[in-house]
Amino acid sequence: MDIFNNHRKLYTVATLFFTTLTFFTAILPALKNQADNAPLPDAKPLSKEAMAGKLIYISEGCVACHSQQVRNVDMDKPFGARPGMAADYANIKRTSFFQNTATLMGTERTGPDLTDVGNRQPSLDWNLMHLYNPRAVIKQSIMPSYEWLFEIKAKPAKTDVVVNVPEAFMKGKTGKIVAKKEVLQLVAYLQSLKQVPLPEGIKPMEFLYKKEQKEMAAAGTKAKADGKALYTANCQSCHQENGEGLKGAFPPLKGSPIVNGDNLELYVDIIMNGYDARQEYGVMPAVGTNMEFNEDQIAAIMNYERSSWDNKAKPVTPEEVKKIMDFVKLKVAASK
Amino acid sequence: MLLLVGFLLLFIEKTVAQQASNIISLKNETPIFVIFFLLSLLVYLVYALSQSAKVKDLANKQNKWLKMPQKERFKQYIKELNAEQIASYFSLKNKNSNKNALLVLLSLSLCMRANAQTNDESKNLMGQPGIIITITLLLIPILLGTIFAINKAIKAFHSYSNKSRLSEAEALAQHLYKLQDSDTEQDMEKRQAALEYTLSNSELSGKEKPEDAKGIITNISSEHDVHFTALKKKATPRPSLDKDITKLIIWYIGCSAFWLALGGLIGEYVGIKFVAPDADHISWLSFGRLRPVHTNMVFWGWASLGIIGLGYYVVPTVSNTKIYSIKWGWAALILTNAMVILGTLSLMAGINNGGGEFREYIWPITLLFAVALILTAANFIKTVARRTTTEIYISNWYIISAILFTIVIASTAYLPFWQNGIGETIVQGYYMHSGVGMWFTLYTLGLLYYFIPQQLNRPIYAYSLGILAFWTQILFYTIIGTHHFIFSSIPWWLQTVAIVGSGGMIIPVVAATINYFMTFKGQWKKVSNSYTLPFFFVAVMYYFIVSMQGTAEAFKFTNLLWHFTDFTVGHSHLGFYGIITFAIWGGVYAILPRLTGKEPLQHSVGAHFWLAFVGLLFYVIPISIGGTLKGLMWMDHKPFIDGVVMMFDFWLWRAIGGSLMFISHLVFAYNFYTMIKVKEEDVDVKEQAIKQLELITKSN
Repeated sequence: MDIFNNHRKLYTVATLFFTTLTFFTAILPALKNQADNAPLPDAKPLSKEAMAGKLIYISEGCVACHSQQVRNVDMDKPFGARPGMAADYANIKRTSFFQNTATLMGTERTGPDLTDVGNRQPSLDWNLMHLYNPRAVIKQSIMPSYEWLFEIKAKPAKTDVVVNVPEAFMKGKTGKIVAKKEVLQLVAYLQSLKQVPLPEGIKPMEFLYKKEQKEMAAAGTKAKADGKALYTANCQSCHQENGEGLKGAFPPLKGSPIVNGDNLELYVDIIMNGYDARQEYGVMPAVGTNMEFNEDQIAAIMNYERSSWDNKAKPVTPEEVKKIMDFVKLKVAASK
Repeated sequence: MLLLVGFLLLFIEKTVAQQASNIISLKNETPIFVIFFLLSLLVYLVYALSQSAKVKDLANKQNKWLKMPQKERFKQYIKELNAEQIASYFSLKNKNSNKNALLVLLSLSLCMRANAQTNDESKNLMGQPGIIITITLLLIPILLGTIFAINKAIKAFHSYSNKSRLSEAEALAQHLYKLQDSDTEQDMEKRQAALEYTLSNSELSGKEKPEDAKGIITNISSEHDVHFTALKKKATPRPSLDKDITKLIIWYIGCSAFWLALGGLIGEYVGIKFVAPDADHISWLSFGRLRPVHTNMVFWGWASLGIIGLGYYVVPTVSNTKIYSIKWGWAALILTNAMVILGTLSLMAGINNGGGEFREYIWPITLLFAVALILTAANFIKTVARRTTTEIYISNWYIISAILFTIVIASTAYLPFWQNGIGETIVQGYYMHSGVGMWFTLYTLGLLYYFIPQQLNRPIYAYSLGILAFWTQILFYTIIGTHHFIFSSIPWWLQTVAIVGSGGMIIPVVAATINYFMTFKGQWKKVSNSYTLPFFFVAVMYYFIVSMQGTAEAFKFTNLLWHFTDFTVGHSHLGFYGIITFAIWGGVYAILPRLTGKEPLQHSVGAHFWLAFVGLLFYVIPISIGGTLKGLMWMDHKPFIDGVVMMFDFWLWRAIGGSLMFISHLVFAYNFYTMIKVKEEDVDVKEQAIKQLELITKSN
């Protein structure tokens, strides 16, 4: 055959073959996809501050460990209320003439997914302390410290944002740790990362591979919610493993009157809808609502907190919690 | 070696499956164990049947023999006496002395110990993996016990039949003693003479001394010492190539060896940060910035320069001509080095392209490499154009296509005016996948099509398989980039195409693997006698393993389990290190001694090989297991931080494996140095004499 002996023909045919395949499996789908998808109606463009923060997120290479995509599989559910879709990324345009579009979907999850972190962890104080040294809030974290986004001032000005870093993480430095402009922008970006709700009447894609439900259905019983695991996943990063919180940032649950007391209505309300009543502490997000906890899970968390770290309050039942949850929901709806 | 790897893979599979059943019970695991269980039972049955057939056969023969009349049997015995036995017969007969000697001569040693055991195992067919594992484990000693018993029984049977042989021998001795038949004795004498005849060893060569008139005998070994390690074959000296091209290739390989040592060091440091996150708090050295520095440095600095450098040897050699332009080669080398230096600095300074793996350098920097690729492609094509062979050797199909495709890939991914939203991710899947498979793999396969036949000194097994693999690789590999984003927001049809295409990859992979291994077939001795072939062997083996692993990873369940975990990091290292890096090393050890005439130290090459090989396994196996466990924990909705804590030990092992790999890079750099160093050499009397003779004749 001629093609074996004619280099012009051989390389032309091979390259054309490859280019054709490239066109149909990469170029065309990419073009079609960006033409077919528009941002969701409720999607807001990033604020100037958040956009500057995104550039820092990009330049620090956060995408090496943090993905920003909720796949339509059950295991991704902790990271968002619904699976992501192409429209979620539709408003992301080329970063600059020199830098490519940054959807930041990522391919590794050495750290948790950040698609919805703005709902999950909105607290400025927590984020700043976490960025200064992640191990100050999460003992076992392996995330790098971003110390260079902070500066030390002997006498911070009134407008400066001071971070109350625990003594052990000061490493002999004296003065106050002050957040630089860059880290405030970065936190603004993280706070802006929230899943956009779908327009009314449109159902989100389903999460596939729901293992637990199948097993439960097979066994005919309900799996018992694990309070300790739920606490570790959702509460521990602020209130800490020992329940003592962090001085000047997050309140202790050990010996807390709310945790140990009988005002279950306030207790459930805080878990479901967050709390920002005390100036000396950071804002608490609406953990329960964000994670779509049911009464079993709430009761499990409450009972874990009420029976740990020398706390000795009497256990609550899911039925009690259910009643309060319904009541609290009504109250929230009424206040809106 | 293959066994070792097989064992390790089995080990992974087992550990993972056991852990899996601990964490959550997975029905999918059951078939593996049932199959494993049935297979081992089958092997055992085959063994038992073959042994019983053997015993039957022996008993039949014995019976037949004994049924023959004694006279006939004795005649047969006498006919079959060997020279020594005939000689002793005559000497004994003549001396007529100790007749028992004959008995001793003909008797066989006796050994008997019978110990029969019977074993029946009842099978309890329960579908639970744990039970099947336990049964399999318990069966191992039982099966071994029955095999032992059968062997003993066969031995007992042998010693029983030896007893009857012994009495037969006595009768034969008596017969011989009384033998007075001159005809028979004459026959025996003739037979003795025939048996004792030997060659004089000079029937063919005559009495002349040997002479190598054409100078084709090399690798003469006249030492007969005891060697603790296998003595490896020396490189065949070649009429030296053009000095200029030699220098260019050495520079390519030297630069790549430098980038490997540095890139590996950075990788090692990045790996250590997983277990010591507070190692430093310097922005330029933080994990997010350094990780792409590592990956890009080994991609472009080490592997790309390495394969292009080897290409400058292979492309002209298989075209039987000289390279078109040395200058273009230097330009491409400088451009690529410049890209790696600028890219590294910019990434460390926090300037990157925004995400996508292997696409972290911004386009003005990658542009340097694109120009280098265009220069290289033009240079190689022009070299092929003036080839003196009719056909284009298959290596050049692969090598030049790889460069041309990579130009297409880079342009598609980097043209700075498109890809918004999800479009970026679709192109990213295509880019990073093709970057690996169309640039590194395709090019390396081309190199292997030259080096393996060349080092084995035999043609490639099947040219047509190479061509089949070539076209199917293009067809399937190009369409499966999206399998890096399964379950993501990319259109389902594209994901489905990717999964199906991943299955199709079996065709080119199996075709190429068969082709290489059939070339190795029957030449295995050459592998242990060569210091280059083990590298190529490992590369081919990993090509098969990693490609098939890649196909398996694209399936939905495995993707669910392994995606986003450290398992994929293990996979990419197994591929990039096991295939590409080992192939480049083999190529360097194959050509540098030819170019410079200096061999590396054999033990040092051995140290390099084993450190890299063992280091890679230490790297990959722990994080594959850890990644699997992490995936299972995620599926089970365990708190995220628990997965991080669980990984600690696996990350530590990874760092240990990484250290071994890093040491091997230093050994490689040293070997490179010994192959190129200019030594203050002793005056070669012969060489000098010829030169002086030249001077004398000229002046006269």
